[in-house]
Amino acid sequence: MKGSVERDYSREFAALAEVLERTGGDAAALRNPRIASLVVHQNRVLGLNALPGIAMDVDPLPDGIRAHVEVRSGVVIPDPVHLCFGVLPKEGVQRILSTFRIGEGASVQFLAHCSFPNAEKVQHIMEAELEIGEGATMAYTEVHYHGPYGGTEVLPKARIRVHRNGRYLSEFKLIQGRVGLLSLDYTVHLGEGAVTELVSKVYGKGEDRIAIREALHLEGPYARGLVKSRIVLQDRAQAEFTGEALGIGPYSRGHIDCTEILRGTEARASAVPKLIVVDERAKLTHEAAIGSIDRKILETLMARGLPEEEAVEVVVRGLLR
Amino acid sequence: MAELLRIEDLVVEREGRAILRGVDLAVAEGEIHAILGANGTGKSTLAYAIMGLSGYKPTRGRIFFAGEDITEKSVTERARLGITLAWQQPASFEGLTVREYLEIARRSGRDCPAVEECLALVGLPPTSYLGRTLNDRLSGGERKRVELAAVLAMSPRLAILDEPDSGIDVLSLEDIMDVIRRMNRRGTTVLLITHRDEFARAAHRASHLCGGRILKTGECEEVVRFYKSFCKECTHINEPELEKVGKDEGKR
Repeated sequence: MKGSVERDYSREFAALAEVLERTGGDAAALRNPRIASLVVHQNRVLGLNALPGIAMDVDPLPDGIRAHVEVRSGVVIPDPVHLCFGVLPKEGVQRILSTFRIGEGASVQFLAHCSFPNAEKVQHIMEAELEIGEGATMAYTEVHYHGPYGGTEVLPKARIRVHRNGRYLSEFKLIQGRVGLLSLDYTVHLGEGAVTELVSKVYGKGEDRIAIREALHLEGPYARGLVKSRIVLQDRAQAEFTGEALGIGPYSRGHIDCTEILRGTEARASAVPKLIVVDERAKLTHEAAIGSIDRKILETLMARGLPEEEAVEVVVRGLLR
Repeated sequence: MAELLRIEDLVVEREGRAILRGVDLAVAEGEIHAILGANGTGKSTLAYAIMGLSGYKPTRGRIFFAGEDITEKSVTERARLGITLAWQQPASFEGLTVREYLEIARRSGRDCPAVEECLALVGLPPTSYLGRTLNDRLSGGERKRVELAAVLAMSPRLAILDEPDSGIDVLSLEDIMDVIRRMNRRGTTVLLITHRDEFARAAHRASHLCGGRILKTGECEEVVRFYKSFCKECTHINEPELEKVGKDEGKR
């Protein structure tokens, strides 16, 4: 299926748009012919709008889709490209196999919304290969909306290559509803002067299980990368964060920054940094803070009149924003 | 003037060591009262104990606010009575904007000025700062000004300002003092904690704290003179040679 304006105002489309709207997204963008978008329910493409300079080829699979997105060299896409994925029934599988090619000097931002509002046994699998050309910029924000049942398995895996002086900025957010099971695995390979920032924000509740592995391979000279993870856990939720940085390129810089907040006594968190310096001129650093919210932060808000529980909410909201 | 804050025989220990060793202090409503003392004398501990912070619970003594014994009250309860604290080194907040922080302060106050006005008063242009987050990207001086703005936004009855002059460039000190005077004119009693005598001179009255005791309370000039002469000659480190100043000095 080639990129062209195809509209399907099915109930699924409306339902996904409604969830998107409810979670702070802009559903009108999905119907705006001037904004590139792709809407997929399970393995059905409900809407696809490509624009000059950006091609989106989508083929259905038995349990999902295969998508190839390409932005031509030098093209700057002014508005964010909206991607909307979801499974509305209680059970189902959605596999997204995707490749992204961002041409030299191009610039594009993607806003991906993943909605599983009724999931009791749903798998969302993403396998992505991304290539960011020389001097190109790609920003990818993925926001999840899950229902209250904890029945979603989210398995995103991405290999990203950022060429010379390219930029890749990614934010993954799963803070609404129950996580269920999350196993996120991203590796970014950075060429000379390339820059990346990987941010993940997750709120685990109930019996949620969270595993995040984000790795920077700083291969070129002066490559720079930041991995930043913010995880809040309550009830019996558990999380393990692994941040890796490999300093191969001379003068490359990598930083791993993980904060995990535990609310209550039964949640469990761990952070594992792995820093490997291959070139002595590379510099890698990490910081991790795990535990309850710093008392001084809470008491600062309490000294302004907030009760302690409300102060905790304010801090958590800020951290996951 | 009526008494707003009264502290009687306050003892606070930290890790088994007495930091405050029987503090007696009375602060009148409407005054700027400086607590003057060298580093490590217990000034911040006194501020935290008045605010009721965890880890600073008195082992002896009482704290009264507007006649009410608040010794057992929580931080929030004290804040809602009209007490607040500006930290010497304010906390960072990820994701919380300056506007949101000031609005939180405003919610629990009475007749509070608009957040824009509070920021402008501390010399931070609202258009540039309201949308910024209270994270490490604000300089120490900027963060301290936001802290003062939060106190202004709350319009409290008692503001405890813990070294508002530290981390502020010398040229801005007079501006900060102007803010404190303005806060005071609006009806806030100020407990001004400082180790700079030139800053303390702007207060109406002062007390000299040394070794966890108030050694002298009185007019600013008198206390500043005492502080400068006594501390310069004194050979102890936070162990006041009380015989030099008279046994009852600490109770004045």
